[in-house]
Amino acid sequence: MRRAPRDTEATSRSVTRRALFMGGCMAAMVAALGARMRFIGVEQADEFRLLAEENRVSIRLIPPARGLIQDRNGKLIAGNEQNYRVVITRENAGKTDAEVEEVLNRLSHIIPMTAADLADAMKELNPRVNSAFVPITVAERLDWDDFSKVAINAPALPGVTPESGLSRLYPRDFDFAHIVGYVGPVSEKDLEELRTKQQETGESIDPLLMIPKFQIGKIGVEKWMEDTLRGTAGTKRIEVNHVGRVMRELDRAEGLKGKDLRLTIDADVQNFVQARLGEESAACVVMDVNNGDIIAAVSSPSFDPNLFVRGISSADYAALTEHDHRPLANKVVQGAYPPGSTFKMVTALSALEAGVIDENTAVHCPGYIEMGGIRFNCWKRGGHGSVNLKRGLSESCDVFFYDVGQRVGIDKMAETGRSLGLGIRHDLPMSAISEGKMPNKAWKQERYGQAWVIGDTINASIGQGYVLATPLQLAVMASRIASGKQVAPRIIHSVNDIEVPIAEGEGLGVDGSKLRAVQMGMYEVVNGPHGTGRGSRIADDTMQMCGKSGTAQVRNFSDAEKRSGATKNEALPWRLRDHALFVGFAPANAPRYAVSVVVEHGGGGSAVAGPIARDALLRALTGGIPPLTAYPADQRGTIESRMNDLRLRLPDGSQPAASKV
Amino acid sequence: MSFLEYRLKLAPSGIAKVFYINWALILVLTAIAAIGWLMLYSIAGGDMDTWALPQIKRFGMGLGLLFFVAFIPIWFWRSMSGVSYLVAMLLLLVVHFFGTVGMGAQRWIDLGFMRLQPSELMKVTLVMILAAYYDWLDDKKVSRPLWVVIPVALILLPTYFVLKQPNLGTSMMLVLGGAGVMFAAGVSLWYFGAVAALGGGGLAAVIMSEGTPWQVLHDYQYKRIHTFLDPSADPLGTGYNIIQAKIALGSGGWAGKGFMQGTQSRLNFLPEKHTDFIFTTLGEEFGFIGAISLLALYTLVLVFCIIAAIQNKDRFSQLLIIGVAMNFFLYLAVNLAMVMGMAPVVGVPLPLLSYGGSATLVILLAFGLVQSAIVHRPR
Repeated sequence: MRRAPRDTEATSRSVTRRALFMGGCMAAMVAALGARMRFIGVEQADEFRLLAEENRVSIRLIPPARGLIQDRNGKLIAGNEQNYRVVITRENAGKTDAEVEEVLNRLSHIIPMTAADLADAMKELNPRVNSAFVPITVAERLDWDDFSKVAINAPALPGVTPESGLSRLYPRDFDFAHIVGYVGPVSEKDLEELRTKQQETGESIDPLLMIPKFQIGKIGVEKWMEDTLRGTAGTKRIEVNHVGRVMRELDRAEGLKGKDLRLTIDADVQNFVQARLGEESAACVVMDVNNGDIIAAVSSPSFDPNLFVRGISSADYAALTEHDHRPLANKVVQGAYPPGSTFKMVTALSALEAGVIDENTAVHCPGYIEMGGIRFNCWKRGGHGSVNLKRGLSESCDVFFYDVGQRVGIDKMAETGRSLGLGIRHDLPMSAISEGKMPNKAWKQERYGQAWVIGDTINASIGQGYVLATPLQLAVMASRIASGKQVAPRIIHSVNDIEVPIAEGEGLGVDGSKLRAVQMGMYEVVNGPHGTGRGSRIADDTMQMCGKSGTAQVRNFSDAEKRSGATKNEALPWRLRDHALFVGFAPANAPRYAVSVVVEHGGGGSAVAGPIARDALLRALTGGIPPLTAYPADQRGTIESRMNDLRLRLPDGSQPAASKV
Repeated sequence: MSFLEYRLKLAPSGIAKVFYINWALILVLTAIAAIGWLMLYSIAGGDMDTWALPQIKRFGMGLGLLFFVAFIPIWFWRSMSGVSYLVAMLLLLVVHFFGTVGMGAQRWIDLGFMRLQPSELMKVTLVMILAAYYDWLDDKKVSRPLWVVIPVALILLPTYFVLKQPNLGTSMMLVLGGAGVMFAAGVSLWYFGAVAALGGGGLAAVIMSEGTPWQVLHDYQYKRIHTFLDPSADPLGTGYNIIQAKIALGSGGWAGKGFMQGTQSRLNFLPEKHTDFIFTTLGEEFGFIGAISLLALYTLVLVFCIIAAIQNKDRFSQLLIIGVAMNFFLYLAVNLAMVMGMAPVVGVPLPLLSYGGSATLVILLAFGLVQSAIVHRPR
């Protein structure tokens, strides 16, 4: 825009006036700032110098004691033990790497430290890895002698502080590795997750997690109840002198101890079942049928979680990951298996409910059925003849269920399966909980883009094909059949002695007589004269067991193999043998506990899984080692020697050192 | 054709421009930055690589940018002010809309070698567009309500998005920086009086609305205000920064503890010791003398700018220089006041001293514009 020079001069003068005025204001502010500097730096200096010059004030977080985890009777499962350790603070140890290394060297003459430990410590002490003021733990779990030696030699070890703290201890090591899990140092990945969470929710990250090597739950209850167990950090203000020695504590705000958890698990039953499973690759769940309390949940083989707390060696870790029985997996919730014949209760109940059969409906079993040119065999080659529901269950006649399954259809079966707890995720504080699989027509269409065919229904009716269930789900199924209520599993009994409410199970909505028909079938399985599970019956009339065995094929056999007899389990490599399953509950007349057992590649369900289920139920029912009188007379000899061989924890001091809290 | 273009033939051209650059100003800026490098070196415990070296590299880059900008005629920059405002606004919107969805709650755009905060860039482009606006506007209209509404809208639009980030410090600086340009342009003092009165009332409303469902600020921002009012109420929590900062400054005394001898400020519990609270290290290690010297250098920068503004007869150049000076002043005044406990902690860096890429580059870019105005001023 064109302007006359005179106008321009005028506006320029106006800007100049205003600029000078603004300059004046700035000068006033600068003068105020300068005065403030003088006030703080010169006039108040003495006061601050006292605080800062000789003695520096420093703030340390006080890590809270982690909450304890106990079993339902108050027995300690996860506690804290006194841990003597040595920490180094870089800024006090020396200015240069050489000086720090010299300090570490001297330290390594006093306490046992390997070259690798030294290298690790140097790496951690790099100011770019951790700030120079952060105390780095260089040695842990020292005995009292070594610990005192470090304390005595403190003058020669600048920056080195002997400290005592708490570290996690699992006195019942192997028994609870999968349920309780373990703690470990906060990793970069954990922090990354927390930061994402922080950005999403605006929750700030607990400063405790910034402490190097702070221990948080990594899996299991320790992980999923982390916020409850951790507690709140306290802080203390301390005065340290110019070399970093703590002179005195100025004040302290105590943190809050983590909350104690009480589980529904009975540690002794858990231990018994763990020992009973031995080295099998197996899982077993014992559950209260009335309130869903999980009394034992065992995955075998197990591992020692204390190894992870202390820092597992790569050799030990490799041994665990490469073991073909997968000790690290929590098979109770992570293992999804074809339920095999244990699924027949679902088929039966849905058929009864749909009204397509009643208790007396009879099906003729010639040993096979043919459908679309494919032959589906019954396990009994000769056939069962005329079979009704009770006989179908007790002798596990496949043809009966092939027929009944077709009549009721997969969608109804899936509905019943879901109401019994299959194919749905049961929420427990555990990692990688599997949903299992309860297929229906829509699912197959969506998953494979194929229509459901009748052969799929036939397979599903005996728990093969697409159907998958976890041991936990099988236990829930048994509980719901036993109680007629929709019980939901519960593992946290109480937090700081405040009981976690029990999800009040609604009724299943099944007619009582129909449920009883299925229960009667399960009773016959174990107690009937031709029952497949007769070998696992309980002789004590007050504790009789109902159950159902299952043997799930892991692979399909060609006709040639079938003819040559290569399908015999003993002839197969371990990985190809059948899974052995058993579900049950007892006492038959007034059910208290349900059980599920899966032995991977164990062979026959009735021969392998049934006896384990019986032992577990008896252990839970009797509250002690099952008395021999509970077993049929002809088995007592073998049972006795087996019981004697079990490596159980003794109630006295034969366990690992009790933890000190 | 403005006055500037009218006398175009008198502006220096080519390599001769080098002689017209205000070298003293560049020297002072470099001196301030160099103090920053010393402090960063000291805070890292005598390590160059942690903070000092990257900061030196950024300053070098910024200096290159400064010269590049300075050599391009100021009338080109004036013609670019609308475009640059739009670009900065666009970046601000990108951060606003995609920042929450794609990149988490972020204030910056990742350029790979550095993180660019559009809000920092906006400080400069806002000054540019306001200067260009008043250069274009007939002098007699500046105080008419309609012509006042436009620049206010130009200021408040980016401020809204910065406030939403949320970044209280920067949005405050945008408003005050813009108001500075408007003031210099000659907008009637009545407007400023009225806004000051309204602002006072607004502040009262902000403070009184705390705890009610319609509270204006975030909880953490209220917490900062409370902490400012009484830092010792919560010595282990939020008040900690201010107390520690004061102890560090105070323990320096007259002459300080000496380079690398500071203990208090390296005590690490100042989480932003290398960024917003870097002044505390200076105060501790070089004492009152060091602190007041830095303040003198800063004052020198402001004096240079005001002289350059007065000497210049081109309206755009004048307003631009004043706007840049105003922003520079706001940076240092807010930061120093905050560190010394005279203002709440709002997270404004100390210009050229604090560790950080965006602020340093933008400040040097702004001084590039100032130099361009100086070089190409009508003589």
